[in-house]
This record gives sequence, C-alpha cells and structure tokens, in this order.
Amino acid sequence: MIGIIDYGVGNLFSLKSSLDYLGLESVVTNEEAILRKTDRIILPGVGAFKDAYDKLDKIGLIPVLGEIIKDGKPLLGICLGMQLLFDKSYEHGECRGLGYINGDIIPMKRVVDEQLKIPHIGWNELKIADKSNPLIKYTKEGDFVYFVHSYMGSNCESSLVAYSEYGAKVPAIVSKDNIYGCQFHPEKSGEVGLKILRAFSEI
Amino acid sequence: MITKRIIPCLDVRNGRVVKGTNFKGVSDVEDPVKLAKLYNQAGADELVFYDITASVEDRPLFTGILKEVAKEIFIPLTVGGSINTLGDFDRVLKAGADKVSVNSGAIKNPDLINEAAEKYGNQCVVLSVDVARVNGEYRVFTKGGREDTGINALDWIVEGEKRGAGELVLNSIDTDGVKKGFDLEMLRDVAKLISIPIIASGGAGKMEDFVELFKIQGVDAGLAASIFHYKEIGVNELKIYLKEQGINMRV
Repeated sequence: MIGIIDYGVGNLFSLKSSLDYLGLESVVTNEEAILRKTDRIILPGVGAFKDAYDKLDKIGLIPVLGEIIKDGKPLLGICLGMQLLFDKSYEHGECRGLGYINGDIIPMKRVVDEQLKIPHIGWNELKIADKSNPLIKYTKEGDFVYFVHSYMGSNCESSLVAYSEYGAKVPAIVSKDNIYGCQFHPEKSGEVGLKILRAFSEI
Repeated sequence: MITKRIIPCLDVRNGRVVKGTNFKGVSDVEDPVKLAKLYNQAGADELVFYDITASVEDRPLFTGILKEVAKEIFIPLTVGGSINTLGDFDRVLKAGADKVSVNSGAIKNPDLINEAAEKYGNQCVVLSVDVARVNGEYRVFTKGGREDTGINALDWIVEGEKRGAGELVLNSIDTDGVKKGFDLEMLRDVAKLISIPIIASGGAGKMEDFVELFKIQGVDAGLAASIFHYKEIGVNELKIYLKEQGINMRV
C-alpha cells in the first residue's frame, strides 16, 4: 500500500489515477496511523515552498515523516514534494526544508540564461548520472519527462540520479538511501513516468 | 532542451467531441475518452479539453466526462469552458485537470487571473483568447467567437500575462478551421509582447504548417483539432516529420 500524503497542496487526482492504472493500491491521507501502516509514501506538492512546509507542519506530519523514514520506508517526493526534501529553499526568502537530501532550492532565474522562459514548462530529456539507482531501473537516457517549475535543486551532486539541460544542469531525480525525489511529474510523463512509479513500488 | 509541443484539442459538446469551421457549423466526431486515449498513445504532448457550449448555455462544465478522460491519460490536461470563479477552478482540478483555461470568465472579471494564479500557481492558469481582425485591429471575441467585445487583443494579452497567466492559447478566428496554416502574422505580433509560452491555435492544415509555426520565436506549442480528429495527419507521424526538419520533438 502506497500512502499519498494529502496536506492541501496540489492536485492528487492524476497521481492516484496513475497508481490505480498500474494496479497499485494506494491511499490519499493525512492521518499518521494510516501512513505508518503503508509500505511506502509519496509526498506530492504544487505551489509555494513555505506555504507547503507550513501546511505539512500544521498537520503535525513533519516529526512523523522523520520517524517513518528512519525505519527505511521508501519516500518519493514529487515536484514541490521533492524540493521539500532538501535542507532549505530560497523561494521568497530563506525557508528550511525537511533536510533529508543535502542541498538547496534556488530560483532558476539565478542560473538559467535570460532568454529561456521561466517556468521551465514542458517535456525535457533525462540524462542519467547514476545508472544503478532502483527508481530508474526501467528508465533510459534520453527518455522524456514533463516539468513545470521555477525553482530547482542545487548543491546536491552527491544525490543526483538524473538531470535535464535547460540553460543549466537541472536536477530531475535525486536520491539518498530510501529517499527519492522527482522534480518532474511522473504522473504526467506518459509511459516513462508510469515506469518510474512502478519502479518506486518495487523498491 | 525542452521540446516543442503538439496538442490535440477536444471540443466537447453533450459528451461528444465536435469540430466546426470559423467556430460555427459544428459536427459530431467521436467519444472523447476513446479519442483522448488514441492521442495519448500516438504521442500527444498534452491534451486540451474544452466544453465549448458550457459558456453559451451558462452552465458549469461537465466534470463527469473530464474524470473519465483524466483517469486514462497520463500527460498534461488543460481544461476550459465556463470557468468564471475560483470554485470552477477547484472543481475541474479535482476532476483531473492540470491547468485551467480561462477565456470569457477572465474578461468579465480580470481579477480571476490574479486570484487563481495566487492560489494554484501561474503554471495552472492558461489564458485563452479568441482573436479576429476588425478594421485592422486585433479584437477579443467571446461566446465561442460570436461576440466582439471591442477589447484590443494585444492589450488584453499583455494584461493577462501581468496578472499572472502562465501560458497563452492564441486562437485566431480568422484562420480557424480554414486549414491554410496558422495565423503567423498574429502570432509574431503577440510573441513580441510577452514572454510566457504561446500555444498557437487555428488553421493547421498540413504538416508544413507546423514547421512554419515553430520558426516563430516564442511559440512553444501547436494546437489543432480537426486534422487530428479526421486522421488527416497522425500525431506521431507529424512529430517524426518535425523532428526530421530539425525541430526538437519528443518522439
């Protein structure tokens, strides 16, 4: 059973539908007791970093998540959910994150060529940095995934699994121990994305 | 690098996909769920789902069919048709939309753009504008192309971007359904003024039209309906062709 954390940010319909489509049992919840019973967890998220962190904090799930991941349960952060896994973010001032992945979240404007549009919206190619990572066992170099974001991971080389080029090296998949994060939306990335979700269910 | 996008558009009326010419003379085509699945398999980069008569009939968009489509399609889905309030945004997002397209609702109440961008993020708000030339001026039309608002389209588009729209769908009424190519002149004029992604709509007739389209700096996606619905051009076939022409495509 996969627990999808519902903390009031973003749209969980397609994530739930894609897991249903793959025949994977899942539950959308913000209840500690249910999350503890699941065998893996997805942290989704769309919107602003601080707002999302505060919402997660408000429902009391930050310490719970910390305990759950210590037991080795796989956790996958998607989009803003991935960004929350980092130490801190510089979106509208500095804000602390969950600190599971070493690195910062920075505005893409800071590193990307001025001529490129921000947000980074659309399909971009994955370049693989760590072939051995179990999340990408069905993924190959050059597979396309769908991105929508204006902020990105930085200083996270030790956790980098895959990246895309958009005027800079944009971290696409990061991982450390049982923690995984995708900057793009696997639930919106067609077959390639479904394969990543399947791989997550098999970790 | 990011690819150019090919976006089939499903204009839905009474639960069926329909297609007209110059926004009129609508004819029945296909079951939307079946068609959406087909496009998904063919490599469509995104889908747009418009409930075309919702606005005219002054009723909320059908979310039942939307849910059916969204359950089977794992590519981005933009939904529009009678989006007038944040409540409408909420309803369609919960039914599986990733982005919401606003048109007449935003003209009636421009603050809808700001409020929705703030609540759901700019990436979620797609400003859709129906434009036709009137006495040499680009004019905004509503009610599915029936009503001239008198508003200057370029001014409105610039305002929409400032208010927080994350993407623009530019529908040229003058070229819609005519199949003689996109409205390159209009697209160039608009692309000079804004920096959000532009989705061009109206006029695609053959594969070469997309080559011409993507030569315009600032155009990110091409949207079409009838050429795909009537299988005059296959989505996959088109994308392979464009890639061969040196355009960056996901194939």
